[in-house]
Amino acid sequence: MRDVEINIKGMVSAHTIIAFSIFIATLMPHFFVENYSVYGTHLAWLYSVSGSVAVVNITIFWLLGISPPTKKHTLSYKVSRLVKSCLHFVASCLFFHLVLVLYGATLLEAPLETFSLAVLLSCFTTLRCLCALGPNVQAWIRVFSRDGAMSIWDTCLQITTAGTLIGTWLGAFPIPLDWDRPWQAWPISCSLGATFGFLMGLLVAPGWIYWHRKQLTYKCK
Amino acid sequence: MSSFSSKTTVSDLPAEPLSGNNPNSSKVPAPLFHRVVIVLIDALREDFVFGSKGQQYMPYTQHLVERGSSHSFVAKARPPTVTMPRIKALTTGSIPGFVDVVMNLNSPVLLEDNLLWQAKAAGKRIIFYGDDTWVRLFPKHFMEYDGTTSFFVSDYTEVDKNVTRHLDSTLNRDDWDILILHYLGLDHIGHLSGPHSSLIGPKLLEMDDILKKIHSSLTSREMEGSLPNLLVLCGDHGMSETGSHGGSSDPEINTPLVLISSAFKRKVDMEKPGTVAQVDVLPTLALALGLPISRNSVGCLIQPVFEHTSLRDQLRFLHLNSFQLNCLLKDSTPNFQKEEGYDQFHLAEKSHANWMKLYLEGNTSEVLSNLGRKLLRQYLGALKAMSSTLSKQLGKYDMYSMIVGMVLVLQVLLVLILAMPEALSHPAEVEIPLYSSLLSLPFYMLWLLCCSIHVLVCTSAESSCYLCNLSWGLVLAAITTISAMLCVLLSMAGRKLASGAKTGTKNTNGSGFSELDMLLLTGTAGNVISLGSSSFVEEEHQTWYFLINTLCLAIFQDVCRKYFRERKNYSDDSSYLVSKEDLPVLLSPISGQGSQKWLALSTPLLTLACCRLLRSLNQTGVQWAHLPDMSHWLNSWEHKAELSVLSAASLVLIFFLVQKRCSLVSKIALALGLLGVYSYRAAVGNVLFPWQLASRDISKGTVEARFVYIFVLGILFTGSKDLLRSQVITADSWLKCRGLWEVYSGIVLLCAILLRPHNLPVLACSLLIQTAMAQYIWKELQYDAAQTSIIHYWFGQAFFYFQGNSNNIATVDISAGFVGLESYVAIPAIFLTAFSTYSGPLLWACHLVCYLSSAQDSRHPASLGHGCYCFALLRSIPTVVYIILVTALRYHLFIWSVFSPKLLYEAMHTLVATVVCIFFTAMDQNHIAQS
Repeated sequence: MRDVEINIKGMVSAHTIIAFSIFIATLMPHFFVENYSVYGTHLAWLYSVSGSVAVVNITIFWLLGISPPTKKHTLSYKVSRLVKSCLHFVASCLFFHLVLVLYGATLLEAPLETFSLAVLLSCFTTLRCLCALGPNVQAWIRVFSRDGAMSIWDTCLQITTAGTLIGTWLGAFPIPLDWDRPWQAWPISCSLGATFGFLMGLLVAPGWIYWHRKQLTYKCK
Repeated sequence: MSSFSSKTTVSDLPAEPLSGNNPNSSKVPAPLFHRVVIVLIDALREDFVFGSKGQQYMPYTQHLVERGSSHSFVAKARPPTVTMPRIKALTTGSIPGFVDVVMNLNSPVLLEDNLLWQAKAAGKRIIFYGDDTWVRLFPKHFMEYDGTTSFFVSDYTEVDKNVTRHLDSTLNRDDWDILILHYLGLDHIGHLSGPHSSLIGPKLLEMDDILKKIHSSLTSREMEGSLPNLLVLCGDHGMSETGSHGGSSDPEINTPLVLISSAFKRKVDMEKPGTVAQVDVLPTLALALGLPISRNSVGCLIQPVFEHTSLRDQLRFLHLNSFQLNCLLKDSTPNFQKEEGYDQFHLAEKSHANWMKLYLEGNTSEVLSNLGRKLLRQYLGALKAMSSTLSKQLGKYDMYSMIVGMVLVLQVLLVLILAMPEALSHPAEVEIPLYSSLLSLPFYMLWLLCCSIHVLVCTSAESSCYLCNLSWGLVLAAITTISAMLCVLLSMAGRKLASGAKTGTKNTNGSGFSELDMLLLTGTAGNVISLGSSSFVEEEHQTWYFLINTLCLAIFQDVCRKYFRERKNYSDDSSYLVSKEDLPVLLSPISGQGSQKWLALSTPLLTLACCRLLRSLNQTGVQWAHLPDMSHWLNSWEHKAELSVLSAASLVLIFFLVQKRCSLVSKIALALGLLGVYSYRAAVGNVLFPWQLASRDISKGTVEARFVYIFVLGILFTGSKDLLRSQVITADSWLKCRGLWEVYSGIVLLCAILLRPHNLPVLACSLLIQTAMAQYIWKELQYDAAQTSIIHYWFGQAFFYFQGNSNNIATVDISAGFVGLESYVAIPAIFLTAFSTYSGPLLWACHLVCYLSSAQDSRHPASLGHGCYCFALLRSIPTVVYIILVTALRYHLFIWSVFSPKLLYEAMHTLVATVVCIFFTAMDQNHIAQS
């Protein structure tokens, strides 16, 4: 139980750092991009947030040492893992792009916007999975199946991923409204929804795990 | 309006305002024009005359507009932009409501005060050629007429030739005063192929020629000393980018209005046409012809038309118009004194009297004309104010009838909801305590109370009320229903409370929801809530596409969970093993399960792909309706071959998907029927026949269509024969299943003939999804009847929109009502149109019946009943909530353009769903009889 509480503290600090990095990433481009605004130069904001979330996530997971224990320590093994992870990431971007197109995003118009949103979603979901679980599809399926979580980090992954996806899903709702607001343009409302969902996930996860720490009996190794 | 059939007469006209007594001033103003020819071109869009198309195809008219002695305006029509309400607006000056859309198909005689009645009363002789809606509206007003039927949409040359053939002889005669021509061809072209079709140009050129002919004849016959003639060119409504009309988009409501007469000043330069309302045409024409303005007109005269007359006459016309509006205002508004226009009018009337006094004294100074001009502006301001107040408050609601209707539907919904636990229980039987409540004391007391309320309301109401005008029998029936339902509700609720108290805490089964259930419930609730927003009503298809997509992904996740977690069992990585309890029962590896698994996995993906393709087939809604879509591409002239291949492939696919469950005879009939569908489309000219040598003439394809109808009826007959036999004689479930599937294939064949060729892929895809889902998903994943019904309902909704429908009247494809008919016959045309519009929901509902009854076995004996209940509930919740929402939003800006068409759609959909539910119940009788 003590172990869990320490872990939760670590999670809270990690999540604070990630949330803070999103905040910084929103402000930073002011100094580099002319006429920067979240709506006007949305793609700049989007890349900045995805980049910073990616870097911060990788660093945190590396520092906390949550990444799955590697059996071998040879360089070639590590490199192959890295390459595999990159491939997984690209595949997930393509997957999200496909899902967005299925949801009605135009195939030929604005492919860059759609793909950028896919990259953002991948950064919020797939990248964290890659960091925590490694390029191991079996482990992913385990984590995302019912009662499959084995550590608080697995639960946290579930919550943030669900938060991101639900946020994006809800973010699509204002698009058909005839209000003619700048944030109704594709993909602004969806990417904002995803970011808010992700932030909510970050906020909710430690609390939820803390409140349910009695029920969460992980069938640990 | 207070009184509908009373008419203004000449004696009602006010005298010219004058302080002091002057006997010679109360004369009726003399007509300004000798003869009037009104050329009404159906669906004439504003840019067909004033825009680039006009420059290209209507050179003569364009010349008149730019250089001739004419006045041109853009007349804004009010929604609903459908022909009959527009004719009413043009002839009565009032603003007809949405009920007139329904009446458009069956127009009764117009009893309201109107221009034609006034003209006839004044002894003018009227000749009419064109759309026979006019003849039905004004059966005794014309000296001579020839009506052409407006419903045969695929004909766009004959309708107009039938009008033009009388023109030469009529123009040479002298025995008429008003000639009205209503050309339909342009509208038909719009319905067929849209505003950018290659057929539009020649049609506009033809219209231009006709105008030239009329104009030159009118000017050549103008005699010295007589009054000039007037030629009016107008459109009743415009045409949307897809070629239909009915909605409120700019191209639909903007129509050109050109008045040509030698009396007008010759223009030197092209001016941008000003904007007027369509109802303004009536007072203008009435005053120009020296007729009283119709009673219910809310228009104000178009001032430039009277510019050439003397200031005194102009003021007189304005006075007459504002007097009439003032009377209308007094009649229709309880506190009219507070209205802005009322004061303005009285002020203007007073200064008019002063001006007249000065004028009659022979004062001709500059001051007088300046004063007159100021007075003119004052009158115009008063007119504008009164007209806008009147058109705003014309939406008077009969709240009493609305509330009674709302109470009725709410009661039905509450009964349905209260019956939920029983209806979804194992035997699926609901007992409604009707007799006991009919005999109870509260029922009689309620009945008396309702009667007295009714009498009280009806005697105190000032405005007309639908319920109060009904016969007593109907009213009593309604009151009895309401009070009986209330008693039933009370006793059901009481029973529920009692049983709830008895079982107490036992009822805690809230945890049984899966993610899919959650999605289905939130989706349904979300859609119902979204109906309160006009944008979401306009773009409802987006909601359904979105939900369908999410549903497919959720199903995909379910499938993945089922198949992948099984596999883990025999994978060696035992550290990931999860507790065995929540694994599916299927544990033994079966041979052939591999292919089953992959098929099951690919089904949701196939569905997703199909939905994405269909989504880009027809762009509907409002915001993105203008985007190019595949149906435009397919329907353009140069892609006929692609369209032919696509529709042939779809028909083949339809055949293979449907045939396997039919008997041999039905199979052959189906194959021949589908062949007939293709040859019908080839005969009509939509698709190409590969072996057709010379280009055949385009016919109406009546023979081919009737050939298909025979097979439809044949298949339906064999199907219902099987059903009856299974029901009455043998109670054989296999026979019943086959009968049901045959009925289903008959319906598919009927859909195939009615849907346009570019929509055949929609039909094929829906069959494909149904087959795949039934085979690999619903059975394998053991979805219960309620889940399957909700999924069916959702897909039915999505396919309603895939087929190009929207919540706008404009998208109803009325050409489906003429398949296989020589001319317009009301009942079959309405039936066929409704069937083709609702073919998506209907097909899915029929599939639900077939699927549930073939899945009905000892394990799920009541699935049909559950399905029927869910279906009824799914349809009633949105309808009831929408009725309440619309009542609450009745003063919303978009109430007429967005919300009321949706209400019509909801009502029609509920009717269709009722038919399906009756079918359900009939199919379920067997089960009830057995148990």
